[in-house]
Amino acid sequence: MAALSIVDPGPFSTLQDLGRYGYQRFGVSVSGAMDECALRIANMLVGNDGGEAAVEFTLIGGTYEVQAESCRFAVAGGDFPVSIDGRPVAGYASHTARRGSRIAIGRAQEGVRGYLSVAGGFDVPEVLGSRSTHLRSGLGGLDGAALAAGGSLPLRLEEAPEGADMWLPHDLWPAADGIVRVVLGPQEDLFTPAGKETFLSRPYKISPTSDRMGYRFEGPVVEHAADYNIVSDGIAKGSIQIVGSGQPIILLADRQTTGGYAKIATVISTDLPVLAQSRPGHSLRFRAVSLEEAEDLRRTMMDGLEHLRASLRRAGSAADENEHLLRTNLIDGVVGGIF
Amino acid sequence: MADPVPGGNGPSGPRFLPAGDGALVVEFGTTVDEAVNDRVMALDGAVAKAAIPGVIETVPTYRSLQVVYDPLTIRAKDLVARLTALVSGTGAARAVRREWTIPVCYSRELGEDLDWLAETKGVTADELIRLHTGSVYRVYMIGFMPGFAYLGGLPKELHTPRRQDPRTRVPAGSIAIGGEQTAMFSIAAPSGWHMIGRTPARGFDQRRDKPFLIDTGDLICFRAISPDEFARLDALAERGEAVAEFTEAA
Repeated sequence: MAALSIVDPGPFSTLQDLGRYGYQRFGVSVSGAMDECALRIANMLVGNDGGEAAVEFTLIGGTYEVQAESCRFAVAGGDFPVSIDGRPVAGYASHTARRGSRIAIGRAQEGVRGYLSVAGGFDVPEVLGSRSTHLRSGLGGLDGAALAAGGSLPLRLEEAPEGADMWLPHDLWPAADGIVRVVLGPQEDLFTPAGKETFLSRPYKISPTSDRMGYRFEGPVVEHAADYNIVSDGIAKGSIQIVGSGQPIILLADRQTTGGYAKIATVISTDLPVLAQSRPGHSLRFRAVSLEEAEDLRRTMMDGLEHLRASLRRAGSAADENEHLLRTNLIDGVVGGIF
Repeated sequence: MADPVPGGNGPSGPRFLPAGDGALVVEFGTTVDEAVNDRVMALDGAVAKAAIPGVIETVPTYRSLQVVYDPLTIRAKDLVARLTALVSGTGAARAVRREWTIPVCYSRELGEDLDWLAETKGVTADELIRLHTGSVYRVYMIGFMPGFAYLGGLPKELHTPRRQDPRTRVPAGSIAIGGEQTAMFSIAAPSGWHMIGRTPARGFDQRRDKPFLIDTGDLICFRAISPDEFARLDALAERGEAVAEFTEAA
């Protein structure tokens, strides 16, 4: 059976798609890709639907061996060095690897998370309508677990489909600027004006105890108007709880569905990739936008992704391809521009 | 100021609160209250019936309904208008709800805190079981983990603080007491709640059309069964057969 065998999965890798919706009322976490844009681009590069499940890896991508006639794959997300049998190839590009080839994805130069997509997708069953892995409840992905050395990722296609490999010009790679935009609420009124002012004007540093469930921050205390406990209600993606110590926690892909801390604001969906690619120790600032503005920005982001699809180049078709390869492999620090 | 969504918040109606560009909270109250929860569940039922384009799912809780939506299909201000109409349409009507009878084997083998809890409360194990089976519980919310139903209605005599040292694994099917609430564990999980018994009913079974047995708003009664009966029903449940029954009532 066609597969990618897992030689080394890197420190933490799981299968993720756009998330498991429809079961939050039963306490099932949504999970899904932390950086939705990067997942969509990785899929675009291999000709998949944007929501196909891919391997989400963290800081280091790992090594995989092709156990199929051939396999078209792509890597997107942070700036990760990619090689096939030791030969460097470009990120934000699809490549076709033959049987027995080793795909190696090194340590991120910029960013945190990357996505390994394959043409045709990984052949794992949907669980409650999604292939996303949620470790705490053991649902989805590869038997509800993280990838492990010696394991195997089944492929739907025995060989790469017809058509050319594609690449995305470097100037179109996603970039971020350290500002995270938020919509105030739902419990904005449980904070003092000074508390809100602090939250929106001071930098907050990402704590090392941050993961797919949530990012903790360290910074000036955000003052509650009264009790910080509320009778539990739902938690949206990007909800910003202010816990008893006055420090923010942003709840992300693997968040629980309900919770009892007051939530001052919610990160807009367009800026969740900024968080997904920001490392512990870095500082971010929060800026409030209106709900209409947030909805408009979401539309702009989705239109932008369609524009990217139209901007993909065919491998071997452009004189600037070599220059692109050189830039992506030899020049560090120009990508993403996160800080 | 709570920055409610414009146009949504009437004097007696619920508050519409934004939770980013993909979720809207309809808040009927801020306390644990049956009447508030009734309104949440009435709107939840009405939203399900209305099948509003762009609404992805709803998350009912004690006192609010979170409506998850796709802003590319419907904008919050239009969603508020649709929901406002549904709120006034539902009025004080109560959603039809299911009343479950859940079989439970209360024993020290299947509920290792049963004897400790009875002793702590100064009652016999049988008296404790009578208290626990003598109440009708209401599912206020499901959260924390898949299928974990928060049940209101636990007799005061049984209120017990959680363990200081949570157990790393409470088995699926466990019936437990934590604080002022009781709960049924649909999957195995770490927990500080006190285990008093186990049900053979599967709270979560992917083989079913509806994988989760219990939904928010349901009513629950527990029925004590013997270890032999537990073994018999457990074998049936393992084969995918239903071992818990419900009736529907307004």
